[in-house]
Amino acid sequence: MISRRIITAFALAVSLAATAMQTAAAEDAPPRQKWSFAGPFGIYDQAQLQRGFKIYKEVCSTCHSIKLLAFRNLAEPGGPGFTEAQATAIASEFQVTDGPNDQGQMFQRPGTLADHFPPPFPNDQAARAALGGKLPPDMSVLAKARGYEWGFPQFIIDAFIDYQEDGPDYIHAILNGYTAPPAGFALPPGGQYNKYFPTGAIGMPKPLSDGQVEYTDGTPTTVDQYGRDVAAFLMWAAEPTLDARKRLGFQVMIFLIVLTGLLYFTKKKVWHDVHHPELTGSQPPA
Amino acid sequence: MSGHSTYQPQSPFMQWMERRLPIVSLVYSSFIAYPTPRNLNYWWTFGGILSFMLGVQIVTGIVLAMHYTPHVDYAFNSVESIMRDVNYGWLLRYLHANGAAFFFVAVYAHIARGMYYGSYKEPREVLWILGVILFLLMVVTGFMGYVLPWGQMSFWAATVITNLFSALPGVGEPIVTWLWGGYAVGNPTLNRFYSLHYLLPFVIAGVVMLHIWALHMVGQNNPTGVEPKTDKDILAFTPYATAKDAFFVGVFCLFYAWFVFYLPNYLGHSDNYIMANPGQTPTHIVPEWYYLPFYAILRAIPSKLLGVTALASSIIILAFLPWLDTSRVRSANYRPLYRQFLLIFFAAVIGLGYLGSQEPSGGYVIAARILTVYYFGFFLVILPLLGLFEKTKPLPNSISEAVLSGGRT
Repeated sequence: MISRRIITAFALAVSLAATAMQTAAAEDAPPRQKWSFAGPFGIYDQAQLQRGFKIYKEVCSTCHSIKLLAFRNLAEPGGPGFTEAQATAIASEFQVTDGPNDQGQMFQRPGTLADHFPPPFPNDQAARAALGGKLPPDMSVLAKARGYEWGFPQFIIDAFIDYQEDGPDYIHAILNGYTAPPAGFALPPGGQYNKYFPTGAIGMPKPLSDGQVEYTDGTPTTVDQYGRDVAAFLMWAAEPTLDARKRLGFQVMIFLIVLTGLLYFTKKKVWHDVHHPELTGSQPPA
Repeated sequence: MSGHSTYQPQSPFMQWMERRLPIVSLVYSSFIAYPTPRNLNYWWTFGGILSFMLGVQIVTGIVLAMHYTPHVDYAFNSVESIMRDVNYGWLLRYLHANGAAFFFVAVYAHIARGMYYGSYKEPREVLWILGVILFLLMVVTGFMGYVLPWGQMSFWAATVITNLFSALPGVGEPIVTWLWGGYAVGNPTLNRFYSLHYLLPFVIAGVVMLHIWALHMVGQNNPTGVEPKTDKDILAFTPYATAKDAFFVGVFCLFYAWFVFYLPNYLGHSDNYIMANPGQTPTHIVPEWYYLPFYAILRAIPSKLLGVTALASSIIILAFLPWLDTSRVRSANYRPLYRQFLLIFFAAVIGLGYLGSQEPSGGYVIAARILTVYYFGFFLVILPLLGLFEKTKPLPNSISEAVLSGGRT
């Protein structure tokens, strides 16, 4: 059959080209973790967000800003679940630049719920100057600004299993990816080897080690656990409305399934006479 | 059609109105009594779905515009403020961003249906060309919308795409400067893209009206490609087509909602959550998925000018489809060879889409070149010749004969 020959010839040509494709020797794939907020019904784990916040505050915040997050967010539903009093207390530990006052001077005052987290450096240049020329990225939407291209066919599978957690996976992987560089790897000055970082050489020194941050709830104080907790916190910071989105999504899906079902039966009823003219003996009106 | 009923106003007020502005009878004859072929399958529901999606995009877009700031220093954060501080702002933004993607899903299904059943053939050439214009407007509008969040991909997509014009000899550079409103992509660029992104959807709505007008002049094509001949071949638009359209809009919304609520960032690129930084080029710049086949064609050709020409031609060539296809038979169901070549064409477009998302090196470029040659060869060689040599299957005498004989579609 001529059509089959066309298809075979065509498939052959494309596959010949495909065999010539080199496989991209990229960085290691970040191992996938179990996240409480994964899947259609996943929501944030409050205790985990509180632990993650503790790590951010004690470790990350010395270099990384989180400018889009406000102290009031800490007490909002779907978040770490601090009470308003606790969030106010946290805010008051930070000094915020305000002004100008009546004398035209900028001044420092304790933070309030309405304030955003103050950055650790007054500006990007100050951060670069203090940190050997490297600017630590702002962490507000970091968990959505990082990811990993799994390629075909995984990216299609992910659409069906609702997997969107490549960002937190990557953050966890980076925190656990500090190893000795492979033989022959030329590490640039000031760089650290990290097997999950795209170029292999990351500017950030290993930020966490076992037992560094104290947990009061008996959770293991390992870098693996720290990584998971701070990644969860950063995911919440990037997407504080995730819980509300999934709750509303479930209601919308139920509504749409019922509506579409009713529309299907409506269509069936309307078209009944068209498909079975013998039952009524008449043609539907045109 | 002889059985085509007309609107008869009953109440005195409606009679009074009818003599002055016959809008009710216009709606009645266009959307109620309008005769449709009785054998339309679900591929014909994408026209209604597209109208629905245009409505969704305009409504969500107008509300988003109330909260968005078109300035290079504030655009990124104003979008994040919509996500965080505006009531249901996350819903509006995810509906709009994923809505654009699903708009393109629907338009590709609509175009594919037109190509499969020969809906572009005489007397529907103008209807088809209006459709190509609509697709072009959608491409431009979607591209400008992608620039507005001012993330890294927004900025670099704007840079790459506007730079394509610089390939034109002589006038290229001045055109690019004029498009940018400066010597680089910057605040004037963002401002004009915002203005045009708000304007173009209403231009689309206007052309949609012309598209529907042209459709109602010539009537719908159908899976047999045989024109309706008697009242047995047709059904009134309402309730038959309306009920079918409504059901499939529901099915379509289920997929749309799955992405909006459960995979809102799946179709986007994570780099677009990094604020635009003119000093840092992303490792590889990719457009939104719905442009990837055209992007692959652009990159398949080593010469910039020829690549840009091929990119533009790949869309514009669609407008010439009614004359490139020389066959007198419309539907692929009765054209066995055309059907095979067309299905390969669809596979080639999907293949180009995949290659457009990959790094342009080695075998990927070779594969993209093969598929690009097929893309243009399909229109310029296969279609004109096929009409002359292809042995088509016998057509049914009428739609009702095809339906009642139990033949497929």
